[in-house]
Amino acid sequence: MAQDKAAEAPAATAAAAATAAAAPAATATATPAPTPNKGDTAWMLTSTALVLLMSVPALALFYGGLVRSKNMLSVLMQVFVTFSLITVLWCIYGYSLAFTEGNSIIGGLDRLFLKGTFDAAKGEFSMAATFSKGTPMYEMVFVAFQATFAAITCCLILGSVVERMKFSAVLIFMVIWFTFSYLPLAHMVWFWMGPDAYTDPKLVDELNAKAGMLWQWGALDFAGGTVVHINAGVAGLVGAFVVGKRVGYGKEAMSPHSLTMTMVGAAMLWFGWFGFNAGSALEANGAASLAFMNTFLATACAVLTWIFGEWIFKGKPSMLGAASGAVAGLVAITPAAGNVGIPGAFVIGSLAGLVCLWGVNGLKKMLGADDALDVFGVHALGGILGALLTGIFNNQDLGGPGLVTDWVTVKVGSNPIMDQVLIQAKAVGVTVIWTAVVAYIAFKIADVIVGLRVAEEAEREGLDLNEHGEAAYHM
Amino acid sequence: MKLVTAIIKPFKLDEVREALSAIGVQGVTVTEVKGFGRQKGHTELYRGAEYVVDFLPKVKIEAAIKSEMLDQVVEAIEKSANTGKIGDGKIFVFELEQVYRIRTGETGADAL
Repeated sequence: MAQDKAAEAPAATAAAAATAAAAPAATATATPAPTPNKGDTAWMLTSTALVLLMSVPALALFYGGLVRSKNMLSVLMQVFVTFSLITVLWCIYGYSLAFTEGNSIIGGLDRLFLKGTFDAAKGEFSMAATFSKGTPMYEMVFVAFQATFAAITCCLILGSVVERMKFSAVLIFMVIWFTFSYLPLAHMVWFWMGPDAYTDPKLVDELNAKAGMLWQWGALDFAGGTVVHINAGVAGLVGAFVVGKRVGYGKEAMSPHSLTMTMVGAAMLWFGWFGFNAGSALEANGAASLAFMNTFLATACAVLTWIFGEWIFKGKPSMLGAASGAVAGLVAITPAAGNVGIPGAFVIGSLAGLVCLWGVNGLKKMLGADDALDVFGVHALGGILGALLTGIFNNQDLGGPGLVTDWVTVKVGSNPIMDQVLIQAKAVGVTVIWTAVVAYIAFKIADVIVGLRVAEEAEREGLDLNEHGEAAYHM
Repeated sequence: MKLVTAIIKPFKLDEVREALSAIGVQGVTVTEVKGFGRQKGHTELYRGAEYVVDFLPKVKIEAAIKSEMLDQVVEAIEKSANTGKIGDGKIFVFELEQVYRIRTGETGADAL
């Protein structure tokens, strides 16, 4: 995903520049610059709204139902306000640093405050690239779509630190982590010059060098297995260690106060995720259809394998298990959605249910941290699994769509499986280390400025009353 | 006067209430409580977190009665709340010093 070089070229799109270069003499039959397809625009606007829904209220309810009633509002508040905060920062500087040309780690400031996306004097909108030549999208739509990704990624981390972290510390942490972990990783994985720039084989090396580092390595991440899930999951685990365990953890009961809310949240996450994954195709086309179907199927598989795993190993299948299985499947299929075929969806979903079931049981005990809502066990582990399996099931021999090996001719092929898996593993490794370091520093800075935790009595009484002066329920 | 307090299984509430009405007890107070005696609790499992819950939901019924009615009341409760299984509950009898009707100011047996 990319956008065209900044507003220096007035009213020009990359596609128009390409046609102008190819046909120097304007003729009566010269093709006008392509405008965005209405179906694509409608789909992308819808997808954006769907991903907003994933944060508010889906994630808020999913997490909220899992905590004790005295902390319900604090969870809803942390999600709601983090979402709003990141959206604003995205529009000020986030989009620019992620999706404009800079270096292979981070972009530039050409789109500060989104300048250049709409020329008020001429009433013209700037264009961004999709994955098809001659198929621009309104850059503003791309900005909005990506804003929801940045916001939900930050909100995911909350699950690890709920019920004891100070609201002010949350906000400070988010600003720092968003700026220094989300933005670089989004740039490294997803920024490139767009298909319309690849007009000539001689330009390829130069164009590739302008893309993000992990994009250049050839890492496949359709909708954010690395950028969103591993990124947030690892940061969450770091937070669980740094913020520390909830008072009474391991001794007192901390059961979910409303699994009904959690189920509602999980169901809305599934619904919204169609926007997250299928919308990442950037068009209403075959790739979006494939991503949609994979998202549907993998999730259903994961629900089944999680609850059957529970049934066998724990004795009873549970509603929380079914909801968690769904989320695990959704996470794992995220990097894979448009990159694997139906066989891949079956395998990735089924494995995600089992692997993440272990992640929230065996692995969680091994790690010993109070990752309250299992952000690491589901998002980091599911994201890593999905990212690696994408390397396997992208291959056309296994029913995958393969990848574009030459953007000049848009030739599609497949990398040898072990080669691609290795690339995926390297991208996963970079993500894990980068986010862990940034998260650690960000938590520490917040600690120094305001302190990470509420006082023990406040934690006992509940964050709703102490941080927000409200009670969720009056019984 | 006596205050009879009975802890019973929640699903028995309607039966006990009817049995008391039938012998002339005109008012009761009902509270939802938790408790345990010999009846075992249950285990709840939330992902990796296992909780043994000893406390079971019960219902407490309180009725203020004339002392002469005590035997009838106890028999009515025992018969209607009984399932024969562990956890049926207990009846506690307290001496009731005084009763007032708030609306009229009546006291003693007139207030029951």
